[in-house]
Amino acid sequence: MMRLALLFCCLLAVVNPLRAELVIEITQGSDNPTAIAVVPFAWGEAGVAPEDLAQVVQDDLRRSGLFDPVARQDMLSRPSTEQEIFYRDWRATQTEYVTIGRVRLVDPQTLQVDFEVFDVLRQNRVLQGSETGPVSEARMIAHRVSDAVYAKLTGIPGAFATRLLYVSVTRVANDRDFYRLTLADSDGVRPIVLLESREPILAPSWSPDGREIAYVSFETTRPAIYRQELATGQREQLTNFTGLNGSPAWSPDGNSMAMVLSKDGSPDIYLMDLATKRLTRVTRHYAIDTEPTWMPDGKSLLFTSDRGGRPQIYRYDLTTGLTERVTYEGPYNARARVAQDGRNMVVVHQQSGQFHIALMDLQRNRLQILTSTALDESPSIAPNGSMILYATKSGDRGILAAVSADGGVKFRLPSREGDVREPAWSPYMGRP
Amino acid sequence: MKNLSVASKALTVLFAAAFLAACSGNKEKEQAEAEAAAQRAAEEAARQAAMEQQAAEEARIQQLQAAVDAAGNVLYFAFDSYTLSADATAALDTHIALLQTNDVKVRLEGHTDERGTREYNMALGERRANAVRDYMTINGIASYRIETVSYGEEQPAAYGSGESNWSQNRRVVIKYQ
Repeated sequence: MMRLALLFCCLLAVVNPLRAELVIEITQGSDNPTAIAVVPFAWGEAGVAPEDLAQVVQDDLRRSGLFDPVARQDMLSRPSTEQEIFYRDWRATQTEYVTIGRVRLVDPQTLQVDFEVFDVLRQNRVLQGSETGPVSEARMIAHRVSDAVYAKLTGIPGAFATRLLYVSVTRVANDRDFYRLTLADSDGVRPIVLLESREPILAPSWSPDGREIAYVSFETTRPAIYRQELATGQREQLTNFTGLNGSPAWSPDGNSMAMVLSKDGSPDIYLMDLATKRLTRVTRHYAIDTEPTWMPDGKSLLFTSDRGGRPQIYRYDLTTGLTERVTYEGPYNARARVAQDGRNMVVVHQQSGQFHIALMDLQRNRLQILTSTALDESPSIAPNGSMILYATKSGDRGILAAVSADGGVKFRLPSREGDVREPAWSPYMGRP
Repeated sequence: MKNLSVASKALTVLFAAAFLAACSGNKEKEQAEAEAAAQRAAEEAARQAAMEQQAAEEARIQQLQAAVDAAGNVLYFAFDSYTLSADATAALDTHIALLQTNDVKVRLEGHTDERGTREYNMALGERRANAVRDYMTINGIASYRIETVSYGEEQPAAYGSGESNWSQNRRVVIKYQ
């Protein structure tokens, strides 16, 4: 009863907007980053702006590795309108693009930012936009500005206005550890603890609309799969079978969930119809079949199996019922995740006894190792396919790290406390 | 006088009858007492025997418990393996002998080291717990008495990397409930 009470207390969201649990350290940027200035946005109201939106945008662009933002102290002027821009000032500091903006309150609860990007060399405006939202979501509004700027200058949609799920563990000497499931913005800021337990929490994953999550919790002293609505905190226990209850993976249409159950003997992949809770068995093999993930078209599932002796990735076609092996390179390839384009797949790949994150081009059947640390796991791809977030070890601490799909940009997100693991990057979120 | 003599004769007969009656009553009582004493002695002997047997059984269970304590409740495994080692089966045999003396339930918790993916390790931990369960059921422990659960790599016994830590984490823990 006490445990239950504690659990429900912890289900209430704990918001600490000023403190980020994760600190971002960029370890490797692109070879030729674009020099961009994000001038502090003008605040059109009395007093001080509730949030430094330009700083959020600047940090986003820097973290992508593709931009080298101009430091504020190096800005010779701080324009907020086109008329105030002196291109000569920006050429002097080798700035390629200048971003300016104006923030105001549409009503006491609603913030609006109007922003523009100028090409210093061509001396013209290349982007003009506006974003609106609740004052309480000021940082998310700034992330949407970053998305727009990034999309315009790189040709790839931005994925800054997204969120992360991760599991963190605080060790308790001579007692059971504390497990937390946390939701944060894509920059690690505004962490919200969704669930806290003395028993393991794992395998967090997103519904395709980003409104719900699923995870495995051992809070009943056995693993069970739960789904939880983010807006209301309402949750439902989906499984309670003997044996494994793991790897929940929402189908792209949101109607069913792939999962691993071992109730019939060995671990196999099953599909649960979320409306009727009816189960369909997908694989039927005495080997370990686990870690299901959907191809973006929803027509096939990738999973890990050791039916060939060692873990490799297989593909199950839901239409034909046929299974084919996907990976052949190296003795160990596991836990696949596929980018939205359906072409790039990331896996945990073993080489010389070390576990790295590798990216495989499913069209060319080419595998490229992206990371160099020894115990890398749980890769999760940004919805725009640009970055891969994964878990690794630094000393004996579990931390999150990210690498770009081409391997060129790397950053780490060490935690202020505890071990962090199992990142899950959200899909594009519906706008409020 | 004749009347007196008749009366005295009658009295004598009456006494004699009463004496006889008294004599026969004593005999029955003695017999019953003897029987009861014999029964008590037999009961006492049986109780002694039962106590001795119980003491012997307790000593045997204590011995089995001591063997279990010496063997420990953790069985270790090789990397990526769920095969029971000779050490593990020897330890398990002590647990099985103890389990056959009572009807307590056991929970078998399977664990792995940190290498490899988390969900694959969940499956590996389950295979380890199942290997122990299967060995127990083959050796006569009813399957309803055994619960298995895998924690994968989630609850290491030793933090940190390297074989010295990993070897402590590849394990099945036997918990009596």
